Parts: sequence; structure tokens; C-alpha cells
Amino acid sequence: MPSLGADMTAGTLAKWCVAVGDTVSQGDIIAEVETDKGLIEVEVFDAGVVEKLLVPEGEKVPVGTALAEIGTGTGSATAAVTAAVTAAVTATVPATVPAAGPVPASVPGSIISAGASEVDLGGPMASPAVRRRAHELDVALDGVRGSGDHGRITLDDVRGVAETSAAPVALSDRVRISPYARRIAIGRGVDIAEVRGTGPGGAIQASDVLGAKVQAPSRPATPAERMQRAIAVAMTRANDEIPHYYVEQSVDMGNALAWLRETNASLSVSERLVSGVLVLRAVARALRKHKKLNATWQGAEAVPCEEIHVGLAVSLRGGGLVAPALRNTDEGSLSELMARMTDLVARARAGTLRSSEMTSATITLTSLGERGVESVTPIIFPPQVAIVGCGATAERPWVVDGQVVARPVMRVTLGADHRVSNGHQGARFLSALDRLLQEPEKL
Amino acid sequence: MTLDISRDHALELLRDMIRIRRFEEKSAELYSKQKIRGFLHLYIGEEAVGVGAMHALREDDNIVATYREHGQALVRGIPAGEIMAEMYGKANGCSGGRGGSMHLFSAKRRFYGGHAIVGGGLPIAVGLALADKMKGEPRVTACFFGDGATDEGEFHESLNLAALWKLPVLFLCENNEYAMGTALHRHVSDRDIANNPPAYGVPADSVNGMDVIAVERAVHNEAELVRETSKPRFLELKTYRFRAHSMYDAELYRSKEEVEERKKQDPIDVFQARVLNDGMVTQTDIDAIEADAAKEIAAAVDFAEQGEWEPVEDITRHTYARDLS
Amino acid sequence: MTTYRDAIRTALQTLLREDPRVFFMGEDVGRYGGPYAVSKGLLEEFGEDRVRDTPLCESTFVGAGIGAAIGGMRPIVEVMTVNFSLLALDQVVNNAAVMRHMSGGQFEVPLVVRMATGGGKQIAAQHSHSLENWYAHVPGIKVLAPATVQDAHDMLIAALEDPDPVVIFEHQMLYGVDGPLDTDATPPSPWKAAIRRPGTDVTVIAYGGSVPKALTAAEELEKEGVSAEVIDLRSLRPLDRDAIIGSVSRTHRAVLIDEAWKTGSLASEISAILAEDAFYELDAPIARVCTLEVPIPYAKHLEEAAIPQVDRIVEAAKRTVSGG
Repeated sequence: MPSLGADMTAGTLAKWCVAVGDTVSQGDIIAEVETDKGLIEVEVFDAGVVEKLLVPEGEKVPVGTALAEIGTGTGSATAAVTAAVTAAVTATVPATVPAAGPVPASVPGSIISAGASEVDLGGPMASPAVRRRAHELDVALDGVRGSGDHGRITLDDVRGVAETSAAPVALSDRVRISPYARRIAIGRGVDIAEVRGTGPGGAIQASDVLGAKVQAPSRPATPAERMQRAIAVAMTRANDEIPHYYVEQSVDMGNALAWLRETNASLSVSERLVSGVLVLRAVARALRKHKKLNATWQGAEAVPCEEIHVGLAVSLRGGGLVAPALRNTDEGSLSELMARMTDLVARARAGTLRSSEMTSATITLTSLGERGVESVTPIIFPPQVAIVGCGATAERPWVVDGQVVARPVMRVTLGADHRVSNGHQGARFLSALDRLLQEPEKL
Repeated sequence: MTLDISRDHALELLRDMIRIRRFEEKSAELYSKQKIRGFLHLYIGEEAVGVGAMHALREDDNIVATYREHGQALVRGIPAGEIMAEMYGKANGCSGGRGGSMHLFSAKRRFYGGHAIVGGGLPIAVGLALADKMKGEPRVTACFFGDGATDEGEFHESLNLAALWKLPVLFLCENNEYAMGTALHRHVSDRDIANNPPAYGVPADSVNGMDVIAVERAVHNEAELVRETSKPRFLELKTYRFRAHSMYDAELYRSKEEVEERKKQDPIDVFQARVLNDGMVTQTDIDAIEADAAKEIAAAVDFAEQGEWEPVEDITRHTYARDLS
Repeated sequence: MTTYRDAIRTALQTLLREDPRVFFMGEDVGRYGGPYAVSKGLLEEFGEDRVRDTPLCESTFVGAGIGAAIGGMRPIVEVMTVNFSLLALDQVVNNAAVMRHMSGGQFEVPLVVRMATGGGKQIAAQHSHSLENWYAHVPGIKVLAPATVQDAHDMLIAALEDPDPVVIFEHQMLYGVDGPLDTDATPPSPWKAAIRRPGTDVTVIAYGGSVPKALTAAEELEKEGVSAEVIDLRSLRPLDRDAIIGSVSRTHRAVLIDEAWKTGSLASEISAILAEDAFYELDAPIARVCTLEVPIPYAKHLEEAAIPQVDRIVEAAKRTVSGG
């Protein structure tokens, strides 16, 4: 479909003036196209034989659509021409061509073709009024099914969603203050909530701020207080935002502890492994096949993490808590992981962690076994989507081959984000963790 | 009637008309392929006017043209590549890609532009002539405009002012019988356009604009009279456009029969037949002209294709002598 | 002391004497001596070739000025009033403003167009407009509005030296105003705004015929304990953004005076500049004092009520400062 005017984006092929097999030469009228301006004749710029009419009469097609194939008439050229058609159409309709921009690709002369495609701007279709109403009613348009033309979201759609969802958010009480006054209030540390405005409608003006008392600077928070505040913020957010689910499993640690004893027998004291490192590695290896749990929540969706960095919850003297990451926890030798874990815990307690270690964990492991608790029900560290908690490993009655025997058993709890995974997936992860701990030599 | 022009001159005139025709056909093709955008007004059918007039004027004369000015620009000597590149919007176009098809300019060739406000170029031509007169330059300013422009107040004002101040302007009215899609009898009260200028004291004449020899002679005579007397004159060139007003239109305003009938006076066909008949020119000559034109146009397209886009960072260039910011 | 009118005539004389390319044309500028008596005596001194009475065809004589400028001359074209200039708007907007750009820099238009503007003389709806904003809207031309006798002289000379088309608006109430003129002084750049009166509490921005009103208002405000800074824009295109933002950043309040209708006025443009680039400096809403949205009436009391007056400026400034 040729461009027949600066404003033309599509045309209806009203009538073919040629038939397959007709010989045409440059300047011949081959079709009539219905446009906004009326019926316009389409001329051909090449000589040849019409081999195929691609668009039937009455069909509306965008500018750039090939209308016909013109070849030498020998038939042997048809394939080449068809190929040229495909190539040309592909080349001339890049999705990123700006609507009014130059079309960079060239078009072979043997077809009637050229054009740019309509650009899909993405996002829900909604008028400014609808967007404003959605904003006022705190309705996210992404989730609204539009009932208007072409799925356009209407005011009624937004109202419907607002009515079926929770109570509307109350509008905040904004302080009326001039931009300049607000700026100097911030600069001087004046709390504008305490300032009485003398401007129109009680608006706070610069003079009101300049006359106000500056807030007494409070005692600077200690590092421990700052940390506690940060934990409070993170945990509150996690509790408010993340729909947690939990699954638990008891794991027979007999094989693992036996293997440890055997391995440690030949190692110097400083090189000896602890059971914690086996659990750490097993969690990491189990994640390899359960990638949904190794992710972060970004705004509205989970983004899977390629690498596995298990964060280790470390309680600090003085009451703090950190969960620095051991990068690529699933890789390298166990003795190497042991050394890294020892180092990490020491540095966590010494307060010399690197910031990257504080932020890179993709899942957290918290172990309270040393304190003798049987199990832990942990809260996820945002933006992670899962956390594993371990209780103490203790001798418990265990059925082996139909006989009740005493075995060292550990209670493992998975807390996970229900927006990302479900209990079934969580249970399979725990089973995998169990199996891995039964074959410690492979860790 | 035998032509009293040299074989070389006949070949020149034929060559320039064919150059324009082929250039315009290529432009139409490139427009359909979206290489050329915006408005595109083709000169097909009116070639004798541009060729005859340009051959009659002196290199030092000023030209003011309309938005249908590819023909004048080509014959005036603006390289075909620069015109094509301008229509592509490339930086190597004759207006740096800022003007496009309707705004071809060349200071070197005293080509003061294609103007797209109908009648808007006439006062400019009057001013150019005023400058020449005040400086004592023996120059003629040739101003092209269509029959539609004679409806505009600026046409009448310009005739009056040029006559009043005795300015050397040659008003060249290309009457192609349509003001866009409005036929002459539907837009002027007196279809004889040459009746207007004498009312302002401007001598006026008409000539068959489909006959390149007649156009050349008439324009030459008028231009030399303007130069001699330093007074404006008016010449109507009766012509016809074979294609739509701008690139494509539905041509609801005229019949196919009318266009076909007028194509019998195709200025190229008529002149070509004449010189072939006379034995002044052979088919071999014509084949050579066609081959040269094809080569020139292919090179022009190549020049345009190879041209660079002006960087967007330079967008404010040429707004003022120095950037204001 | 010299009048505004005489200052323009002095500048025209200087330009015509110094440069043979300069000529002056317009309606009744020769024999009649100029509709505002600006060019009295020039025809006698320079002759009909260089001081040209034109027919009443604004579009064509402004267009001829454009053509002559392209052709190497330095024309100064007088259009009697801004309302008549609407007949030449096509030539200014479609030719003068775009010629350099459209030709890829090949042709420049060193043209000066002068015209009277504004109301206040009871000449009714067709002769009292202020349409400076129409011209200031268009890239490719420059727009000046001299408010003082000195600027009336200096700006004409600067405009002629400029390689781009310049439109000069002379408020018709200013022609008879007296002021000092020093023709030997080095003039400040015409493209920069001037602080006509420094102040600390509020910035009053005006141009052309509104500047004297703004200064009178500032005197009255001082009596009431309000220190107003008066900015004379001088150039309407380009606008001196730095001066506008700089002053408002000191006073934190802005009152904009514009004899144009408020809708789409230069006062609107300056409001937008302040909202964009001085938002955090504003301690009070911007106030605009413009002409009421009616054609300018003939009756004196109605005309006075329509266009900005000192009392309205004082009131707006007080409201801005006190918040009342």
C-alpha cells in the first residue's frame, strides 16, 4: 500500500485494474485505493508481469503492505520476488520507527511497499479523567479490566473496582505552605506542623518560618538504635506486605553428624567443619532446583536471582541482628565455605561487614539451635521471598526399619512469600533439603 | 513551421525538459516509498514554462518561485543531488534539509526560494527589485506564481507598488487552470488574467506555456524590456498540470477525459516530434538524453541516500544568526 | 530633556546619515511627517528615495522590506499601529521569521519593523491593542519594547545592527514623554532586562507603556512600607530569564504587568517561567495585572477600567505581600 499523502496510514483496496498474468509498465494504473480523500489511482513504478495479487478488493491494509508481486512472468522469478517482498516488509516495519521519522530501509523496486507500523505504547488504555479518578480512589489501573472500546478502561470500571476493594485511603492533611517557606523550613530544621501560617487561608509563608523556633536537635542515635530502627522498619514492612506461608519438616541428622565426625577426625581443629555449614550448603544446593524461592520482590513481581547468595542471620552482642550474604553459597568446597562462614560471622560481630554483603542475600537462613529451641517461624527479609529457620538438633524417637530408635533430629521451617510460591513447592524444597542432608559426602 | 534555433539549443531545451520529467517521476516513486515526505507538488506537464523561462533569464537575475519549483531549480543549476537530498531531508540538501520540496534555496544561483504561502513571494520579489534599483544594479527579478495567487491581495498590492515605484520585476503567472482543485472560472471573475495588470499600469501579455520556444522568446523579450525600462511587466504562461495538485489526490475536480485531452499537448512530446520531424534531432540524440537523465537521477538518488541526517543537537541552528540561549 | 518621539527621530537620522543601505518606509512617514510625527523633516533631509511613503498595503510593503533586506539593503519599516500590522503578519511570520532557517542559513533578513501599540487615547477597539505577545511567540524574530527615551533611541540603532529581523513596539502613550537622552553613551545590551527601581519585598515586572505605571505604583507602595523592585523587560524575545528569576529569588514575590489580555499573555509566559525555574523561591502566588477580557471600549472610564492602572498594580502588590 503506497503512501498517497502525508497523513495517510492505511488504505482500502477498492478495485484491481489488473489481473494475474497482465503485463504492466511504469506509470500504469494497477489499482484504485479508497482513502480519506477519496478514490486514488495507484500507479506502478516498474515494468513486469503481475504474478500475484496479495490483497483482495475491499480489504483495508496499512501503508507499507505489499499489494502485489510483479515478476518477469517466467515463474522462476516468483520465488525471488516473494523473498524480496518478505525482506522488504520486514525491513521497513521496525517496531521502533518513530511515527514521523525517516524510514531508513530501502525498498526493492519490484514490489509496491513501504511503511511504518503503529507503535504500541503499552500500559492500560485510560483517559486522563479515568487516571485521575483511579489515583483518587487508589485503584491500580494495571489490574482493571476495561469494558470500553478496545479494552479502554472507563470511569465505571474504576468505580466498580474501588467499591469491591477495601475502604478508600483517607486524604492526608496537607499543610498549606509556600514553596519558598517549605524550602527554608527544611534548611533550618523547622517542623512546619508547629508553625502557624499567617498567609491566605492560613498558608505558611517564609516570615512565619523565620519567626518559628528551630527544633532542638535530639541526641544522635547509637549504632545499635539505628540498627534496631532499620530492623523494625524491615520487619513491619514484611509483616504488612508479604503473605507468608510456612511448611515444616523434621530431618534425621544422623548421617550428617556421622560423616562430620569421620571427616573432622583427620582435620586440625581450625579446619574442622560444623553441622551448620552442612545445612547452609544443603539449603543452597536445594535452591538450585527450586528457583522460585531464590528471588526478590520488585514492585509488582518477583525477579528470579541467577546466583544463590544465602544470608546468614547473626545475632550481635548488644541485641542487634544482621544477615550478611555468603556469595555463591552453592559453589566451592565445604572447607572453603566453612572458612568463609567463620570469617563472615567474626566480621559481622566486629562490625566490619562490607555493604555489598549486607544487601546481596537472595534468601536467609536463621538457626537458633544453639539456644535449644525446637523450631523457628521466621519473617522474611524484604525484598527476599523466602527464609529457612532451623531449631536445635536433638535426640528424638525415630522409626527406622519398623523399630523406634533415638536419632539426632532437626526441625526445619520454610517461611515463603505466597505471591511467589505455594505450599506444595515449599514442601518439595524441604524434601530436597532432607535428601541432600542424608548424603553429606556429596555436599 | 521551421524552427529558427540551433540544433544545440534545441537539444538543450529538450534535455532540460526530459531531466525535469524523469526527476519528477522518480520523486513520485520515492514519495510512494516514503523516502520523500510532506507535500510534494510535481511539475509534470509544465516543463516548458520552467525550461523556457530559465533559458531566457540571465545568470545574474533573481528568481523567486513557488512550492512547485523543482523544475526551475533544476534548470537554474541547483544540482539534482542537492534537490533530491533536500526532499529526503538530508543535511546535504540545498537548504540543509530544513526546507524540503517546497523550499529549495540557492544563494549562489540567486534562487530566492520556493514559497508555500500562495502570493507570499510577490512582495519579496518587489523588495529584491527595490534593493537592486536603489543600488543601481541592472538586474531583473523574475517572480513565478500560479493563477491562484492572482486572487490574493498581495498580487494586486505588489503590481501596484512595483508600478508606483518603477521596480524591475517580471511577474510570471503560471496559469495551470486550477488553484489547487478550484478551476479558474470558479476562482476569478475575469478568466483573462492578463486583464488585471494594466489596471495598475503594468503591461501584460500571454503565451502558450506548453510551447518551450514560445515561452523562451516571450520571457526573453519581457525580461529585456523590464531591464531597459526598469518597470515591471507581466506575462501569463498558459499551461496545465498532468498530475495531482500535491502528489496524489482523488482528482474529483476535473475529469480524466480533460486530462487525457490536455496530455495531447504534452510539451515534451510536442517539441520532440517537432525537432525529429525537422530532422534537427535524431532518435539517437533522444536516447542519449534519456540515458544521461537516467544517470543523473540515479546519481542524485545515490547522493541523497548517502547524505547524513543533521544531528538533532543542531536543531536550533539557523533560527538566528547567533543562538539566543 | 528629549521626547521619546524625538529620540526615535534622532536615531533614524543617525542611521540614515551613516549607512547608505538604510532607508525608511511606511504609511505617511514622508510628507505627513509620520502619523506620530516621529519622522518629521526626514523626507526633506534624505529625499524620496530613502524616506518612502508607501501605499496602504501593509503586507506588501513589509514583504518588500524583507526582500530588500535579503537583497542587501537595511530597511526600517514603520507600520502605523500593531492593529494594522495584522495585515502584514503573514510576511513577518511566514517569511521574515523563517527565511534563514528554511534556506539552511543562506539568506538572512536584517529588517527592522517599528509600530505603535497600546491603548489609553480613547481610540477604541480597533486601535488600542497590545499584541506584542503574538510576535514574541515566534522564533526567528526578535522583539523589543523601549520604555524610556534613551531606549527608544538606543534600541532602534541596536535593532538595525542586528542581522535578524527585529520588531520594535512603541507604546503610543510614550511618544510625548520627556526624558534624558545621551547619544554618546555606550548603551547596555538591548536583550537584557533592567532594574528600574530596586526593592526587597516584591518584584513588579513590566514592559513598554506599563513601566511608568509600575514605577508610580512602586512609589505609592513605598509610602505604605512595601519595597517594590521594578523590572523593565525591554526585550520580549528573547526574554531575560536570568533577570526575572534573579529578582524574584530576592523578593520571593512577583506581580506581572501586561497591557495585553491576560489569556495567553507574556505575563502568562513569565508566570510559567517562574513556576518552572523559581518555584522554590515563591512565597506567595504570582499575581498578574493585565487588560480585562473585553475589546478596548471607547468611553474613557471604561477604557481606564479595562487596561492596567497604578491602583490595580498597588493593590495586587499589597495582596501579594500581606497575603490579605
